[in-house]
Amino acid sequence: MTNDEIRSFIENAIKENKVMLFMKGVPHQPACGFSARTAGALNALGVQYAALDILPDPRIREELSGLSGWPTIPQLFVDGELVGGSDIVMEMFESGELAELLGAEPPAEPFEPEPQPEPVQRPIGLENRLD
Amino acid sequence: MPQASELEQRIATALPGARVNVEDLTGGGDHFRAEIVSDRFEGLSRIEQHRLVYDVFGDDIGGAIHALSIKTSTPGATA
Repeated sequence: MTNDEIRSFIENAIKENKVMLFMKGVPHQPACGFSARTAGALNALGVQYAALDILPDPRIREELSGLSGWPTIPQLFVDGELVGGSDIVMEMFESGELAELLGAEPPAEPFEPEPQPEPVQRPIGLENRLD
Repeated sequence: MPQASELEQRIATALPGARVNVEDLTGGGDHFRAEIVSDRFEGLSRIEQHRLVYDVFGDDIGGAIHALSIKTSTPGATA
């Protein structure tokens, strides 16, 4: 795909999907804590959304950020408009604005954001040391 | 590797009069959280408020600064 093709793919995805999430990884297997929280908020509201994993090609993110003027991932679009990244989406989730925007019922059970994975810290060590 | 204090200073310079607090979330100099109270945010949408902050760092976002979590508010609306 050329850069132009990637850009028009992204433009169409935003235009054709009422709720469109660009993320690292996929909704059932997010590859980043920020994407996980954002997808989790949408899941908690039970809304249908399309998602696109930006990781397979670095140009997806370049073209997306060029288009939206937003430097980070995830990015949530509703009705063709950028709503925000994970901080804004989580603030709006907690205040009920997100449910209102999406015409969803606020969840009965409070949604616990997924904890950020702890960085794995292991002592320096060799595996399979050769004698 | 950027320091939290350096980020604080850059935001404070770009948004004079703002109250800025930046935390290094991992201690590794790549995941930061910034809380900013500024009257410059008055009348702006959240998107516009966050953009003002992102603009301070330009290409460093996603580069040297891997992740910057932002919380913005105006002096009148501080929780």
